[in-house]
Amino acid sequence: MSDNIYARLENVSLSYGDKHVLDGINLDIVKGAITCLIGLSGAGKSTVLRLLNGLRTPTSGRVYVEGVDIATLHKKELVKLRQQIGFAFQFSALFDSLSIYDNVALPLRENTSLSEPEIHTLVETLLSTVGLEQSAQALPSELSGGMLKRAGFARAVIAHPAMVLYDEPTTGLDPIITRLLTDIIRNLQIRDKSTAVVVSHDLESIYAMADYIAMLYDGKIIAYGTVAEIHSSTNPFVMQFIHGEIEGPIHVG
Amino acid sequence: MNQQTRFLETIGASTENALEEVGGIAELFRDCLGVLASFQLRVAEALAQAYTLGVGSFSIVVLTALFTGMVFSLESALQAVQYGVGSLVGGAVAYTSARELGPMLSGVVVAGRAGAAIAAELGSMVVTEQVEALHALGLSPVRMLVVPRLVALVLMLPLLTVMADVVSIGGGMWLAKQIAHIDYPTFIDSARANVHIADFLRGLIKSACFGLIIALVGSYQGLRTRGGAAGVGSATTRAVVTSIIVIFVTNFLLSYVLYGNHP
Repeated sequence: MSDNIYARLENVSLSYGDKHVLDGINLDIVKGAITCLIGLSGAGKSTVLRLLNGLRTPTSGRVYVEGVDIATLHKKELVKLRQQIGFAFQFSALFDSLSIYDNVALPLRENTSLSEPEIHTLVETLLSTVGLEQSAQALPSELSGGMLKRAGFARAVIAHPAMVLYDEPTTGLDPIITRLLTDIIRNLQIRDKSTAVVVSHDLESIYAMADYIAMLYDGKIIAYGTVAEIHSSTNPFVMQFIHGEIEGPIHVG
Repeated sequence: MNQQTRFLETIGASTENALEEVGGIAELFRDCLGVLASFQLRVAEALAQAYTLGVGSFSIVVLTALFTGMVFSLESALQAVQYGVGSLVGGAVAYTSARELGPMLSGVVVAGRAGAAIAAELGSMVVTEQVEALHALGLSPVRMLVVPRLVALVLMLPLLTVMADVVSIGGGMWLAKQIAHIDYPTFIDSARANVHIADFLRGLIKSACFGLIIALVGSYQGLRTRGGAAGVGSATTRAVVTSIIVIFVTNFLLSYVLYGNHP
């Protein structure tokens, strides 16, 4: 595996019972770049994110992170790996009994030996970066959807992970908040020089942040390339998807 | 497929499910012991859970024990006086409270309140991806969620049982005086003559076991929740029903072992 590849899915298939979600996909996640996964709902995009941090195990095939096949990792090694990979969930998945401050501080308190004053400085700085300094003591139930997303981002990146996985970070939000979140993802990636994988349906947001785009359809990667390559693709599946046309080779339903 | 085959299949599937649950709960218990053995208990969280699950159950345990002790006295005192054995009522009430009523009432009431709360909270965390988020952060849900609740209930249920014993005996004593004119010294003397400290201590051992059962069953059912709100509801129901059944069975086994009235 070359030096500029942070993670690789090699011939990965995954099934839930009779349902085949992924069918022998191959995908390289380029180090220090933002790779966006696009595709229909239920195409397996979120599953790819969960494969990358070992939350799901492939039915067949290999998942490599930094050259290591994660199926060979022991439980403690897998825990260490997950601590290097941030995960921003679609619905934020903040712990509802903890304040926003405590949610963001949790990975540092549990996984590092930093002192409370050091943690305080890091959390305050990051909350300020994502514009939540005024909401630090609020509970998740007291925040709007966009604020929850930002808090989820903060928790995902507080420990400066090498890779951050974003599951539909802008879904259901207004255009201004969408733009704000897109900028935050890009800025955090530049700040940490990290690798990012973003699952999204929001093409405008994807074009603004992505270095590479992969399109999933019917359990397979049917297109992969830079933003310009995907945008100018003549693949009928890609064209139908990015232009949002009902007629075409993609069957919905 | 004939009816007999279907019946046997149903029995087989139920047995398989039951064994799967027993195995899952045993595995969860092993993981909890692993966390405790490596001194990874989150003490502050355990204390918070002790307050929520234990102190929060105080009033309902006390009320249940008070009225059960009074009913027991009501049923026994008048008849005992009629037969000239009114002086034994204190012993009967105290003996039953210390050995059975106190631990069982506390266990069943806490299973209904705290067991349901544990399953519902953990179940909600599963369906809102909070448990998956713990895994993603490299944190163990057993250490973060289950062990603090387990330690809290194992410690708090015996304390609640002490309160239940005291209130049940006190309520019985008050009612015996009101309806059968058995005075307090007679009631207390009878209790002291018939009940030993070992009876209370064994009752506390039983209640600690019930605390363990409630925490493990509630956590197990909560963590294996599937689906949305309906799944949380089912998990909560299963947690309460299973806990109460297991408490009754365990109570019988522990009474048999601890009180030793067998060859």
